[in-house]
Amino acid sequence: MSNPISLAFKKAKQENRAALLTYTVAGDSSKKQSLDILNSISKSADILELGVPHNTPVADGSQIQTSSYRAIKNGIRMNDIFKIVKDFKKSNKNKPIILMGYFNMIFQYGENKFLNKCNSSGVNGLIVVDLPWPENKDFAKKCKKKSIYFIQLLSPTTTKKRLKKIIKDSHPMNYFISMLSTTGGKLKVSPNDILKNYTKIKKIDPKKEIVIGFGITEKTIGKLKSADGVVVGSAICKEISKSLEHRQNPVTNVSKLVKKLKSKIL
Amino acid sequence: MKIKKKIPLIDQASKLGFWGGKFGGNYVPETLKKPIEDLEILFNKLKNDKRFIAERDKYFKNWVGTPTRFIKLENLTNHVGGAQIWSKVVSDANGGAHKIYNATVHCLLAKRSGKKFIIGDTGAGYAGKMLSMAAKKFGLKCKIFMGAKDIARQQPNVKAMKKNGAEVIPVYSGSQTLVDAVSECMRFWVANCDTTAMCVGSTVGPAVFVRICGWSTSQISRELKVQLIDEFGSIPKKLKLYNCVGGGSSSFGFWNEFMDYDKKKCEFIGVEAGGPAKSKKHAAPLTYGSKIGILHGAAQYVNQDPDGQIEETESISAGLDYPGISPLHCFLKDTKRARYTAASDEEALSAYKIVTKFEKLRPSLEPSHAFSVAIKEAKKLSKDTIVVVNSCGDAYKDREILKKRLGKKYV
Repeated sequence: MSNPISLAFKKAKQENRAALLTYTVAGDSSKKQSLDILNSISKSADILELGVPHNTPVADGSQIQTSSYRAIKNGIRMNDIFKIVKDFKKSNKNKPIILMGYFNMIFQYGENKFLNKCNSSGVNGLIVVDLPWPENKDFAKKCKKKSIYFIQLLSPTTTKKRLKKIIKDSHPMNYFISMLSTTGGKLKVSPNDILKNYTKIKKIDPKKEIVIGFGITEKTIGKLKSADGVVVGSAICKEISKSLEHRQNPVTNVSKLVKKLKSKIL
Repeated sequence: MKIKKKIPLIDQASKLGFWGGKFGGNYVPETLKKPIEDLEILFNKLKNDKRFIAERDKYFKNWVGTPTRFIKLENLTNHVGGAQIWSKVVSDANGGAHKIYNATVHCLLAKRSGKKFIIGDTGAGYAGKMLSMAAKKFGLKCKIFMGAKDIARQQPNVKAMKKNGAEVIPVYSGSQTLVDAVSECMRFWVANCDTTAMCVGSTVGPAVFVRICGWSTSQISRELKVQLIDEFGSIPKKLKLYNCVGGGSSSFGFWNEFMDYDKKKCEFIGVEAGGPAKSKKHAAPLTYGSKIGILHGAAQYVNQDPDGQIEETESISAGLDYPGISPLHCFLKDTKRARYTAASDEEALSAYKIVTKFEKLRPSLEPSHAFSVAIKEAKKLSKDTIVVVNSCGDAYKDREILKKRLGKKYV
C-alpha cells in the first residue's frame, strides 16, 4: 500500500494543482482544540503537518514559538501528541499526517519506540529540523523500514553537490526552505527566484515531490502554485493567536483561512 | 571511551564532530550546514597557520594583555591552613574576564571570511561585552542577544556593550536567560548567515564553535604552565586546578595544556552552579546526573524533562546559569579525567566574603563557586599541594547582587 503522502500528491496532480500543506502546533491552544482544528482544516488541506512543540527551537520564528510555548504551558506531552494523531485518524483514515519537530524529543523517547508509536498512531512522515544529512542517514533508514517518510530539508545555502547527495538518499518527499529565514519570516526573495531554485532542485530527480515552505502567506501562495506542494505554518499559528486575543473561535477562523489558501492555488 | 595523548582535545572529535562517540555533533538546521562547513574549513586551516597564530598572539599580548597574573593567596592559605592556595587572575585580561580570548579569535576569523557583521550571545554579559570590544577593535558591526532577566541583573556589562557601539537585543522567550539568548542568536544566524558571522560565547553549540572557543581560551593554561615552571622549577607533583563550569570555556582553557598529565599529579575540579540551597532548580547537569540530550546543536548532559523539554535553571551567577554543558566536559567527565561538583548560591557568596576579606582579589560570582570548593578541600590537603583557582571574572558586574545579598560593605 502506498504512503498516503504519495497518494495526496497524486490526487493533487490529477486535479492539476499544488498540494496544500498546513502546519499547526500539537496542543495549541489545547489538546482538544488542536484536534478540532485538524479535523476542520482536513477538508481543504491535502497534508497536515503537526508540530511537536519544543522550548528551545533554533529554527522557528516568533509565531510558531508563541504557539509552541502556549501548547507546552497547557501541558502537552509527547504521548498526548500521538493520541491526537490517533484520534484524528479514526475519522480521517487516509489523510496524511507529518510530525515536525526537533530531534531531542525523538532521542528522549527512543528512536525505535518513537517510530513504533508513529506507526500505531498513524503518522506518515517526519520532519526533524535539526537532524540534517548525513547525520540523519541511520534514522531515515529506520523510518523507511516502518514505511514512514523521512522528509529531507533543502535550503538556499545547500550546495549543488550536497543537494544531489541528499536527494539521492531521500524518500519520495522533500521540503525546500524558500529563503534564509526562521519559519514565518517576511518573504525577502521574490516568488520567481524561489521557483528558480525549486526548478533546479526538481531537475535533479523529477520523481521526488518537492514542497516549498517558510514565509508563505495568503498573499504569496498563489505565486508558488506551480510547485508540487506549498506549506503554510506561521500564518496559521498567527491566526490562532489573533483569534484567542479577540476571544474568537480559532477553529472557525483557521478553517476559513485554510479554505482561502486553498482557493488561491486552484 | 578514552582520551588520546598528544592530540589536542578539540581535535579528538570524529568526522561528524562527536567526542567519545556521543558528545557534540552538529544538530543544526540545513541552512546552517554550509556556513558551519565554511567556518570549519577556515578554522582548520588557520589554526595551523603560523601567520595567523602570530597575529592572534600579537593581539593577545598587546591588546588582551598576557600573561595574566599567577599569585599566591598568602593570607587565605594561612587562614585555611592546608594546601597552598594560588590564583590565576584571568580577570586581569582586557575587559575583565576570559571571554576576551574567544571574542578576539572570532573577530579575526570573521575578518578573514570577509563578514562585516558579528553576533553573539551572553549570559553574565562578559561574552557580550568582550565581543562588542573586539568588534569595535576590528571594525565589525555587532549585535548581542541577552535574556531580559540577565539584562536586569548585569547592568554594568550591558552599559559597556552599548558604549562599545553594540546593539543589545533583549530576549523575552522562555526563562529569559542565557539558554534563550543562545537560541535567539542561532535563529538570527539562520536568517542572516550569508552576511553575518556568529560567535558562540562558550565551548557549546555545533562542534566547530566548541573547538574555536577551546582553542582560544587555552591561552590561560599555556600561560599557567610557564608560570608554574617559573615559580616551582617544574610542574608541581600535587597540583589541583579548580574552575567554575557553566558552558565550560574558562575551565577548558585553564586545563587544556595539562590534559596529558596523570590525574593523580594534576587533578581538574569543575564546580557547577548548584543554585539556591532551598531550590530544586540548578545549573549543574554533571553533578546532579542529568541525561544526555540535544541542546543548541550538540549532544551533551542537559537538564531536561522526560519528554526532552529543556528545564529552567536557577543560579545567582548569570554566567553559569545554563542547563547544558560543553561536550568537552561531558567527555572529560565520562573518561574520569576531571571531577565535577557543585556549589550553591549561598556557598559562592560566603566564599566571596572570605576571599575578599583576606585578599586583594574580587572574584565575580562565577569563580566564587570554584573558590568555595577549593577552600573547603584545601583544608584537608597537605602543605605541598598546590591548589590553583581560576579567578576568571571580576566582581564589578555583580555589584547590585552583592549589595542586595551581602550589604554595601562588600561592594
